[in-house]
Amino acid sequence: MNKFRGQALSWELKRGVIELALHREPCNELGSLALGEFEEFATRLDAMQREAHALIVYSELKPGFCAGADLRELYQRSQAMEKREAVKGVRNFLERIHRVLNHIDDSPLTTIAAVHGVTFGGGFELALACDVIIADKMARFCFPELRLGLIPGFGGIPRLKRDLGNAVVRDLLLTGRSFNATKAQQVGLVSQVVGEGEALRAARATALQLGKFDRATAAAAKKFIKPIPHEELRREIDLFCELFSQPAVEAGLKKFVESTDAQPYLP
Amino acid sequence: MSTVEKTLDEILNLAAAHFKVPREKLVPDDDFFKTLGIDSLQTLDLLTKLENHFHVELPDYELQGVSDFRTLARKIQARL
Repeated sequence: MNKFRGQALSWELKRGVIELALHREPCNELGSLALGEFEEFATRLDAMQREAHALIVYSELKPGFCAGADLRELYQRSQAMEKREAVKGVRNFLERIHRVLNHIDDSPLTTIAAVHGVTFGGGFELALACDVIIADKMARFCFPELRLGLIPGFGGIPRLKRDLGNAVVRDLLLTGRSFNATKAQQVGLVSQVVGEGEALRAARATALQLGKFDRATAAAAKKFIKPIPHEELRREIDLFCELFSQPAVEAGLKKFVESTDAQPYLP
Repeated sequence: MSTVEKTLDEILNLAAAHFKVPREKLVPDDDFFKTLGIDSLQTLDLLTKLENHFHVELPDYELQGVSDFRTLARKIQARL
């Protein structure tokens, strides 16, 4: 299936480039629906990548690339069950999304995240699983999880650590502040900063360039330079689940879900 | 015009253009959440616009509780 239109995701393989679009309102929150479609995509990716050299991930929605995990769903589900069951459910969700992101990270294709606007939490982690990040100058990156009493759970810290100096990782993680695209490029996170609304066009131009190279060589180069930090990723899931069982998390999620604050996304 | 006043003037012009509201409707001491009718995502857009325009970094936590243009101008001025 080289073409698919779902409720949260769509993809199409055309002239050697797979374009994966996110389009679940309000801002591509990653809940069980999106996860199911991501798993479907990961399954189809194996067949599609035989005919492709690049993958572009982008959002069709104006507010941004992705606001991260669906915290409302997480809160509602955890309220409906015993704590132990809720932690088990969270672990299952994390293991499933890790499998998807590891699959994208490990793909022999050269992968490009074309981001704009809000690129927070799980959305940031999705971008980090890609090889190259191209950012609209209005993009913002943030890990706001500490405010909920959590750490990023979709592989964010190990992947950020793989790419950046530890001081920048600590700044993002421990202050929960957001970086704009220019700052993200200065610290080495973003490859290209482009004008408003230009990220997808720039990603397509980059994908065209990638098509000029031998696929096996490009895949070997990627494998050599971009190891997946499996051990740290596993430890991240354990730590997330340990923290998730603390009472502070429930209070943090409740505050977010019930917030009438004009800035609930701000750390 | 003092430096802060100049910064304030630039903020008001920028906000008016970005959110497509008449410049004369924006008053320095107004609550910009109410005047502009913006939500959290649009607030982030405004923050990015300001950072890009003034070439400064504005950590989110420094802006918590800031809701009027004049205070915003002072915060930006402190980082110029």
